[in-house]
Amino acid sequence: MTQAQEQIRETPPETIDLRHEFADLGIGDVLDQLDSELIGLKPVKTRIREIASLLLVERIRQKMALATTFPTLHMSFTGNPGTGKTTVALRMAGILHKLGFVRRGHVISVTRDDLVGQYIGHTAPKTKEILKKAMGGVLFIDEAYYLYRPENERDYGQEAIEILLQIMEAQREDLVVILAGYGDRMEKFFQSNPGFRSRIAHHIDFPDYSDGELLWIAELMLQQQNYRFSPEAREAFTRYIGIRKEQPLFSNARSIRNALDRIRLRQANRIVAKLDRTLTADDVMAIEAGDVLASRVFAKGTGAAGEG
Amino acid sequence: MRVTQGCFSFLPDLTDEQIAAQVQYCLDKGWAVNIEFTDDPHPRNTYWDMWGLPMFDLRDAAGIMKELADCRRVYGDRYIRISGFDSGHGWESVRLSFIVNRPREEPGFRLDRQEAAGRNLHYATHSYAASRPEGERYTDR
Repeated sequence: MTQAQEQIRETPPETIDLRHEFADLGIGDVLDQLDSELIGLKPVKTRIREIASLLLVERIRQKMALATTFPTLHMSFTGNPGTGKTTVALRMAGILHKLGFVRRGHVISVTRDDLVGQYIGHTAPKTKEILKKAMGGVLFIDEAYYLYRPENERDYGQEAIEILLQIMEAQREDLVVILAGYGDRMEKFFQSNPGFRSRIAHHIDFPDYSDGELLWIAELMLQQQNYRFSPEAREAFTRYIGIRKEQPLFSNARSIRNALDRIRLRQANRIVAKLDRTLTADDVMAIEAGDVLASRVFAKGTGAAGEG
Repeated sequence: MRVTQGCFSFLPDLTDEQIAAQVQYCLDKGWAVNIEFTDDPHPRNTYWDMWGLPMFDLRDAAGIMKELADCRRVYGDRYIRISGFDSGHGWESVRLSFIVNRPREEPGFRLDRQEAAGRNLHYATHSYAASRPEGERYTDR
């Protein structure tokens, strides 16, 4: 404990400089980073800002020796595949750590396999082990609805859920649980486990990306890998997004990433096809329209549902 | 007679907050933390029973404090100690060990003298508590 905090304990200050407090915590930077690095996701960012503000106010109240209750921070992220749930969860740990609401700020990412055992008596130690690891940080449970399998009444998932609920309530100060999954299935999961819904304060829904946002994401990904679209390729990719969205198994940013990976393959193939020439950096960075248009997505009528 | 072994045993019993701080120190050093218990207070009794498995890869003391609370609920009438094991090369041994729980009443030790051949004497320390069977040594005191 620093000396400054010690003094505050003795005589609570009557005024606190909000700006100073805000700058002191450095959450401004985290939020700005969130804004600049994550594209779209308006409702998510608004909600995170709200949570950050609440936490800031709670901290100030604490300093003023006003009554504070430790806020419930457990969250549930719902949304379609590839909408950035995991990415935001990782950021969340950093934000909560900066605000001082989790002590270590690490994220333990688990799925059903890590929590539920295979035979009687196996589940409880397994779940407790994971919970112990997550103490002081964030426990991220991806596809949480798999924990509960109503069709099998001997499933051990229920046991894991009970332990989770108990710890979520009793040790709220020690860890933050974030559940994530697709919207409709999470809804069903909460219906069959009302205890979960009431213990989770923040239900955040991740919207799908618009075409423009997806293109933006693609450009950002390419930029990070030192590639760039030629103007024709950009136009082609815009068309690609439009067509791919209508096809089944579209998973937002993840599909975009996969598409880019395949485009890079084709680009490499195109370059290697002509061996007798000298290359510039521009040549290996540029993605041409042909690389995009060779995708199976454009080949309509072939019935190709898979990605290509 | 107050049993003194391990670190801090000449200090007043540590509070939970102090225990958590020590545990956090172990975790920050990357040591595996163990909870052990026994009802045989003899100083040469090095083999205590373990509560669960050694706990490594943890980041925060809260998980271990919860295990300690569980252990106290079951074996609150016995000695419980926490140790930090350093698996680092060249150490590979327990670096820190301290008692975190003790029976309400510690009856102490009796010194036995046995006269042997010549004028030799053999000494033995015998814990009064150990004259009762294991598991019943501190229960009704």
